[in-house]
Amino acid sequence: MSGIPHDHYEPKSNAEKYIHRRLPIVGLIYDTIMLPTPKNLNWMWIWGIVLMLCLVLQIVTGIVLAMHYTPHVDHAFASVEHIMRNVNGGHMLRYLHQNGSMLFFFAVYLHMFRSMYYGSYKAPREITWIIGMLIYLAMMATAFMGYVLPWGQMSFWGATVITGLFGAVPGIGDMLQTWLLGGPAVDNAALNRFFSLHYLLPFVILGLSIVHIWAFHTTGNNNPTGVEVRRTSKEEAEKDTLPFWPYFVIKDLFALVVILAIFWALVGFMPNFLGHTDNYIEANPLVTPPEIVPEWYFLPFYAILRAFTSDVWIVIAVNWLSFGIIDATFFGVLAMFGSIFVWALLPWVDTSSVRSGRYRPMFKWWFWLFIINFVVLTWAGAMPAEGIYTTISLIGTTYWFAYFLVILPLLGVLEKPLPQPATIEEDFKASLKSKSDNDPKGPNAEPIPAE
Amino acid sequence: MLVSHADDNDSTRRDFIYYATAGAGVVTVGAAVWPLVNQMNPSADVQALSSIFVDVGGLEPGGQLTVNFLGKPVFIRRRTEEEIADGRAVALDELSIDRQSRNPNKPGTDALDANRTMDDEGEWLVMTGVCTHLGCVPLGNGAGDFGGWFCPCHGSHYDTAGRIRRGPAPENMHIPVATFVDDTTIQLG
Repeated sequence: MSGIPHDHYEPKSNAEKYIHRRLPIVGLIYDTIMLPTPKNLNWMWIWGIVLMLCLVLQIVTGIVLAMHYTPHVDHAFASVEHIMRNVNGGHMLRYLHQNGSMLFFFAVYLHMFRSMYYGSYKAPREITWIIGMLIYLAMMATAFMGYVLPWGQMSFWGATVITGLFGAVPGIGDMLQTWLLGGPAVDNAALNRFFSLHYLLPFVILGLSIVHIWAFHTTGNNNPTGVEVRRTSKEEAEKDTLPFWPYFVIKDLFALVVILAIFWALVGFMPNFLGHTDNYIEANPLVTPPEIVPEWYFLPFYAILRAFTSDVWIVIAVNWLSFGIIDATFFGVLAMFGSIFVWALLPWVDTSSVRSGRYRPMFKWWFWLFIINFVVLTWAGAMPAEGIYTTISLIGTTYWFAYFLVILPLLGVLEKPLPQPATIEEDFKASLKSKSDNDPKGPNAEPIPAE
Repeated sequence: MLVSHADDNDSTRRDFIYYATAGAGVVTVGAAVWPLVNQMNPSADVQALSSIFVDVGGLEPGGQLTVNFLGKPVFIRRRTEEEIADGRAVALDELSIDRQSRNPNKPGTDALDANRTMDDEGEWLVMTGVCTHLGCVPLGNGAGDFGGWFCPCHGSHYDTAGRIRRGPAPENMHIPVATFVDDTTIQLG
């Protein structure tokens, strides 16, 4: 593997040489886990491992749940109750799968915010970022279709609203929606295909994850300074990095222990805390629940979708300019997909040459405002679509698009960045020094002869 | 290798084979993909357009039936005098969002109350009970600010003739093909 210079696998015994000549798989694994990793990575660099764990957890629990589930409108709801009551340990497996999806999204948002703050998406890591966004889209599709499977009221009406988004496309909308659903409304055909795709997509995500890891193993990890690892010689690279195994594996395992302790408390003591009670009512096509709310991880986008009603001036203007082709519904749909699209464009809208937000005094404020705005949109998406809430959603949506399309491009020109350290080693020593100055028993800045 | 010379007959033949192979490949891929796409379209049993008969003899003024037709609810409402009066009092220019009747039984008409109802007196209103925004079922019996229906999903208000008056929905609630086959039976479809 190209990238940061480091020691490669050398087969020693005859058996190792025999295998290596025919299939260099041990070498591949060795190079993957011995990746030189910047030694100054902080605790925000744990979410990738958490995400891998989530993916494995969801695939394993999902496969066993599928052994007991029946994808048919007459049996789906009952078969989920069968899992909850009759299948040995079934309630635990289902609660793990249900809450596992939430940990998955929680981790992916922190992972993305980390990349946004430290500029991990910037050259040469744009492809890593784009693959990450594709994984995120696949995750959303998987989660949406998985939520339909229990065939509760929220399942059914969520599916109706989301497939209705495709029906809003001018001209071909109805045809597209009918094609997606396999009928005029959400029914058995839709449930069956959602089950099939819900089983397929996690393996697509697994494939994309491998490509994602491959990409950043080629470019090397970003780090809190945004300064690249020195690559001129192995000796210099070793001053900036430590091998992933065992240093970062142990760190990540510790983080996993803490996160899993919290996760198990949630699964064990309050498994339905983040779910919606209406999904324990069987789907009824003739009765809409008083309010349709998606799972919390979709709420910001739900708020954006609902922000645009036909009395908003920009909707009126676009409707008039497009000769009525783009109505309020389609405008909301465009805004929702557009909000994710501009997020994916991040490497190209950010004009600043400085990678890490640590050395960007103005960027920091706008970034934290983006995070606050994300939380506010989540909250607004959970509220009824009327009165002050649509106004708040509209303001939040405006900031979302302004952040990507106006603020980030301008900051690169207007901002005066702070001085950056010359090397990762310099930053690492400075941070160790400040720690050991405060604590006499703390770590020593001088290199200790190891191993 | 891939460099072709105009005077080289072999290369001309090779170019031909190249294009023929590529063309055959495109056709084969297309032929393989289309059935995979088409299988997702409605199956024959779903497609078999059913039409149903609904007995509305027991419906009093102010009463409403909701029947499942093609997987969607259809509202059959026998409107009260007051609801008829409210609906008729609305002039066309008060309908700021949608001015078409959305009624295949009276195609191409405007959204005046008389063009939305089945009978000339305006007592019978039959419509697909699906919000034109994103497909929720609106709440009825005088719900919303216009005394008709209110969609709880995203706050669309419909009046007593099922016309969109405020909110994100772009169109009046659609009316299915419907006829009175006798005094108390409505045929849908």
